[in-house]
Parts: sequence; C-alpha cells; structure tokens
Amino acid sequence: MNTFMGFERPNGSVGIRNHVVIIPSVACANGVVAHIVREVPEAVPLFHGHGCGRVGEMELHTRTLRNIGKNPNVAAVLVIGLGCEVIKGDWLGLAIAETKKPVEMLSIQAEGGSQKTAAKGISIVRKFLNETKKMKRVPCSFDSLIMGLECGGSDAFSGVTANPSVGLASDWLIEKGGTAILTENTEMIGTSHILERRAVSQEVGQRIKKMIDDAEKRTHDIMGPLASLVIAPGNMDGGMSSIQEKSLGCIVKGGISPITQVIDYGEIPSQKGLVLMDGPGYDNESMAGVAASGAQLMVFTTGRGNPIGFPIVPVIKVASTSKLYHSMKDDMDINAGAILEGKGLTEVGDELIALIEKVVEGEQPKAEKNRQDGILCLYTVNPAF
Amino acid sequence: MEQTIIINPKDNVAIALQDIKEGEKFSLADGKKITALNNIPYSHKVALADIKKGEQIIKYGETIGFASEDIKQGHWVHAHNLHVEEK
Repeated sequence: MNTFMGFERPNGSVGIRNHVVIIPSVACANGVVAHIVREVPEAVPLFHGHGCGRVGEMELHTRTLRNIGKNPNVAAVLVIGLGCEVIKGDWLGLAIAETKKPVEMLSIQAEGGSQKTAAKGISIVRKFLNETKKMKRVPCSFDSLIMGLECGGSDAFSGVTANPSVGLASDWLIEKGGTAILTENTEMIGTSHILERRAVSQEVGQRIKKMIDDAEKRTHDIMGPLASLVIAPGNMDGGMSSIQEKSLGCIVKGGISPITQVIDYGEIPSQKGLVLMDGPGYDNESMAGVAASGAQLMVFTTGRGNPIGFPIVPVIKVASTSKLYHSMKDDMDINAGAILEGKGLTEVGDELIALIEKVVEGEQPKAEKNRQDGILCLYTVNPAF
Repeated sequence: MEQTIIINPKDNVAIALQDIKEGEKFSLADGKKITALNNIPYSHKVALADIKKGEQIIKYGETIGFASEDIKQGHWVHAHNLHVEEK
C-alpha cells in the first residue's frame, strides 16, 4: 500500500481528519468560543490559557497557535480575538490563511461584545462545516505524513515493549518517505553521543548536542546539582542502572533511522525522515508542540495508563504490559505487553502499522473515540506579567 | 511465557521477564540455555556472555555503561557492577 485516502489541502499538505476549528487568540476569548461550540458541537474548540500577559513567550505562543491552525488536519479556522490582547486574532488569522485554507477572524471588542461575536461566529462555523462536508478523501502519499512519538506514565517495560514497537512503526513510515518527530528533550539526557552519531550532518549533530546539554543544564538549575546525574530510585528498582539506559528506552521510539533535522518547539520541519523537536518532557505541552509542527497523527506509549488525546490529532495508545491493556481497555489500542508473553516484537510492530494505516483513513483510536481532547497546554518558560 | 527478552541482537544483556532464582537454568529465544549465577529480579538485566572489567555493557544495541568488575555469563548486571562512563 503506497497511498492512503486523505484530505488534500490547497497548499499541498495532507490531512487525515477534516476539522473546523475555533482558535481563541487569547484566553479572554474562551467564553465566546465555548458559546459557539455549544450551538455547533461539531466545531473543535482549541481552548488555552495564553495569548497575553506573557511578553517573553510572544514568539513561542504565536508560532504554536499559528502552526496548530496550519496543521493539515484542520480544514477551516475561525480565530476569535479580543482586541486589546498581545497575540492579535487578526494576525494569527492572516498567518494561518497563508495555507489558503478558509480562515475568518472576529474581534470581540470590534464586534460589540460576546453575544454579537458568538452569533457571527456560529454562522461562520456553520458555513465552514457545509463546505468541509463536501470535501472528499483522495489518494495521498505516505510521504506527506508526520507522526509524533510520545510517551507518558512510563514503567519498567515501556522501553522494552511499547517504545521499541513504536520504533518499528517510525522506521516504517520513514522508509515510505514520511516523517516522525521524536521529542521530550529531558528524556534524551545521557544519549547525546548516540543521537549525534545518527545525525545526517555535523551541523545537525551539533544542534542535537546543544539541545540535550541545555535540557541537562535546565534540569540542573531547577532541581539542583545532582538532578541530571542520578536516576530516580523507582527507576533503579525497576532495573535501570544508568541514565543512558533509561533515556535509551525513550529514544528507541525513534527506531534506527538517521536524524535529519532538529526543530524548535512547534516549528514545521523542512526535512523528512526522523526529526527531533526541542521540547519539554511534559506530555500535554509536548503534544501541543508536535501538533503545531504539523503532525497529523501521534503514537503514545504508556505503562501506568495515560488516557490523553489531542483535539485535532488522533492519538494511538500503546500499552507496555498486558495488565495495563486489560485494566484500561477503553483507553488502550495496542497491547505491546504481549511481547512479554512470547509475541514477537515485529508482530506487535506490524499490528501497530496496520492500525496506523486504518487511522489515517478515518478509523478512530480510543483517545479520539473518548473525546480525550482537553485544552491546549502551551509550553511556557517565562513568568507572566 | 518467555523468561527473558533481548532487545537488540548486539546486546550482551537480556531482561528478566520474571524473577529468576540463582542456579535456575533459563532459555533464550534461540534455545540456548544459561544458568543464573545470582537472583535476577523481574525487569532487571542478566549477562548473556562473560564481560571483562572495563568492557561495554550493551542494551538497545548501545553502551549503557562499563563493567566495573569481571562479569560472568548469568550474572545479574546492575549498578553494583555497571559503571557509568565518566564525562
């Protein structure tokens, strides 16, 4: 199978979902967005807590919100601004409109308040839905896919069963010309020399080293001098003997493909293949960055059982043990724990790949069925004013 | 139920999928049998071959540390005999 049925966007990117989304440019616009989706529940609200009061994050948050709007799974966008915010709804809308997808902007202060803005918003979103319902899936190449690789609530077997299975799926997609994004820089500490060897150029290698050194330094600054040198007692009890071993269990999600690029949080990659995103280990913030980088799909491994999904991106959950798979069956898609009972790693990898092939054509993984949408958690480094 | 798993063919350690008792013989996926020289706790590592002091300990096909003493096939491998590379 070399093509799949996807939604081709005017700029040539390919969506695996066809969402009409409403983006508040600032948290103060969340109420109006909520009003619109109460009337039109098919529209997807991207609630978040930012957009103003964080001068230090202006660039980061603008990029993230803009690029989430640009994500190919998004068919049309309504941006709701307030009017006096730092990240203006108008520019956000104009920047998203570069993709040539339908985009409209409303400003609450200019429209004369919440009710009037919501009324206009409801009619815009209904019009968008009428347009997007007419869009048909067409054969698309796998090289247009970007898959985010995530782990959360890991256990001693995440790095043995679930993460290596995801590594096989990542290599499979890259072999087909696609892209996988490996991130969570704090979980790469200790593996810099290994990842650098896999870089396609010296420049990419240097960027990998800088990213991991910086993550180590930040960990050190926040948690004290030993934070980045020792591993948690729970990891030790679980059989981890060194930070390299623990981090290797995480980076194995990226398979064995060469690393073609390092991108910033929420930056859209210019290269295909295995790309590293310089982003935090915290799942929810990590996923927002990966979605902004253009991932149409995410694969998320878990040992303790993390049910989260993402509003515009289907998230496939891979359980590290059979115990977890059976105890949270409503949330888990793939049981990599079967490897511990004698099933081959490649067999589980193939199972995951077969599911990916269905999900890209519309089958809903558990987190999507469960509407595990939540709010956008944007990575934030600087304090608010 | 397998007793151990080897993640990468280059690895010189396997991971115990159940508690393995000292003296117990366990088999690998290729049928080869190894005798455990220590108790190997669930999810911990066991040496697949003799590893001399200073040699690499390999898991995921990569170095996770160095033997801080001579390790024999069947020994439990953990922080007591694995030394992390100095920066």
